[in-house]
Amino acid sequence: MTFRLDTRKLITTIIMAIIGLAFLMPFFWMISASLKVEEDVLTFPIQWIPDTWHAIENYKEVWTGSMPFLLLYWNSIKVTVLTTLTSVTISCLAAYGFAKINFKGSNVLFLVVLATYMIPPQTLLVTQFLLYRWIGLYDTHTGLILLNSFSVFGTFMLRQFYLGISNEIIESARMDGAGHFRIFTAIALPLVRPAIATYAILRFIWTWNDFQYPLIFLRTEALYTIQLGVQSFSDQHGSVYSLMMAASVSAILPLLIIFIIGQKNVIEGIQLGGVKG
Amino acid sequence: MDLSEQQKKARKKARKSNGDPFSGWKENLSGYLFIAPMFLGTSLLVLFPIFASLALSFTDWNFVSGYNNVKFIGFDNFTALFSNGLFIKALKNNFILLLAIPITLMVSLALAVIINRYVYLKDLFKVIYFMPFISSIVAVAVVFQVMFHPTQGPINQFLMSIGIDHPPEWIADVTYSLPSVMLIMIWTSIGFNLIIYLAGLQNIPKELYEAAQIDGASAWFQFTKITIPLVSPTTFLLLVTGVISSFKVFDLIIVLTEGGPANSTLTPVVYLYQQAFIELKTGYASAIALVMFIIILIITYLQFIGQKKWVNY
Repeated sequence: MTFRLDTRKLITTIIMAIIGLAFLMPFFWMISASLKVEEDVLTFPIQWIPDTWHAIENYKEVWTGSMPFLLLYWNSIKVTVLTTLTSVTISCLAAYGFAKINFKGSNVLFLVVLATYMIPPQTLLVTQFLLYRWIGLYDTHTGLILLNSFSVFGTFMLRQFYLGISNEIIESARMDGAGHFRIFTAIALPLVRPAIATYAILRFIWTWNDFQYPLIFLRTEALYTIQLGVQSFSDQHGSVYSLMMAASVSAILPLLIIFIIGQKNVIEGIQLGGVKG
Repeated sequence: MDLSEQQKKARKKARKSNGDPFSGWKENLSGYLFIAPMFLGTSLLVLFPIFASLALSFTDWNFVSGYNNVKFIGFDNFTALFSNGLFIKALKNNFILLLAIPITLMVSLALAVIINRYVYLKDLFKVIYFMPFISSIVAVAVVFQVMFHPTQGPINQFLMSIGIDHPPEWIADVTYSLPSVMLIMIWTSIGFNLIIYLAGLQNIPKELYEAAQIDGASAWFQFTKITIPLVSPTTFLLLVTGVISSFKVFDLIIVLTEGGPANSTLTPVVYLYQQAFIELKTGYASAIALVMFIIILIITYLQFIGQKKWVNY
């Protein structure tokens, strides 16, 4: 078979590439502005590659200045990693339960869990806030981690994968005397590993980007996550655009790295959780 | 098929006769144990709060004053809410925001069709359009705040350089602030919609297009008579999730405009947040939450009824 270049397809690709570049313009602009001296940020025509470099100074100010990103990063990493771990564990267990165990009321309970997906989280904020103050989880990282740990999306997506495991494998293991927990850890878990990776990446991205829960459930500045930091930073430095852009780049960068590494997983996961949702 | 039917029957019989480990209380117990963490968490953080806000919405209370000062006031919060011009305006704004959804759907479907059939480097294009969806909304809002600057922002400088002397003032102008928010909403959600549409397009049998081509149907004819009807279940799914998520838009507005200028970008969730956590009106805010919850239920229900008219399964 020979490879033949289709000219029409080639032209469409080029046009789409130009549209794609325009689509990503805000990102390029943000990165470019974060490397410049303040006076050059708003010059027109835009200097995509700065005439005067100020990158090190900008990023140094963001990372060690009045709103130290070093601390924010540490808080965000802690919250995000722990949330991802608990959420994956909880969703995995529930997904296995709903997919592979034949227990009384499983359909009804699954419907209840699914129905909660429709509720906008903001309508729950007031009572969650009161509850947290009452049981002492307000203004703690533990509280924040719990808020993102019970994911309907994760349970639903992983359940789809567990449904794909043939019942024969599980039943023959049960014949040999294995309990569900044995089967879950030794047989099912290795089989759904790719799905777990997918969900873990998505949960990581979503938790890293979460702004609303930290805004309402954290008060102590030393506990702030990166998204709260970016907002406070832009309130303080609202007119120093080069610094604001350096802060924004700092907040997005880890995500871009994770997304580029795991993009196949992310895209497939969205399709699986979304289309069959 | 027959064999497995027989096996199933035999298994059922075995369960009844000697309570083997495949059924009975042991099976139930392990089921409950597996779903317990998820179910307890959901009950504590979702189900309980719904019922609690139902109760609170009939009270006049501010959480700082302690539980002894909860005052039952019946439907007063609700009547106050619906005679409040600000809340009505917030609702109206949210309904205008819904217009972003059909635009997103059209753009995403067009891009999905092109990426699916007419370009090289498919995977690269998926990543490009997906990028805004995974980026933090706070950072995106901060970037657009500067880009939308009325006189010095890059967008308006560009518009002026091509001869538009009085470009819109975007988020600084009451007439353009809501469309500006919609523009960013569309930009961030195209990626998600596109990816789901691509999955939907994979499910359309290729033979249909081949047959149409043999009959001499134009690309446009194929698009309107094959593609659009056959992706209608996907469109329906995206419509429902899009409507629900447009009622959740919070980060973007809080960081970009805080509901201003002159409440032109105020939405019910932003109003709810202000009333609950700035004005500290706990009971009143609970009433807002409840009204929103009911509105979303009604809209979703109407969509499910309406789908029969246009969705092909």
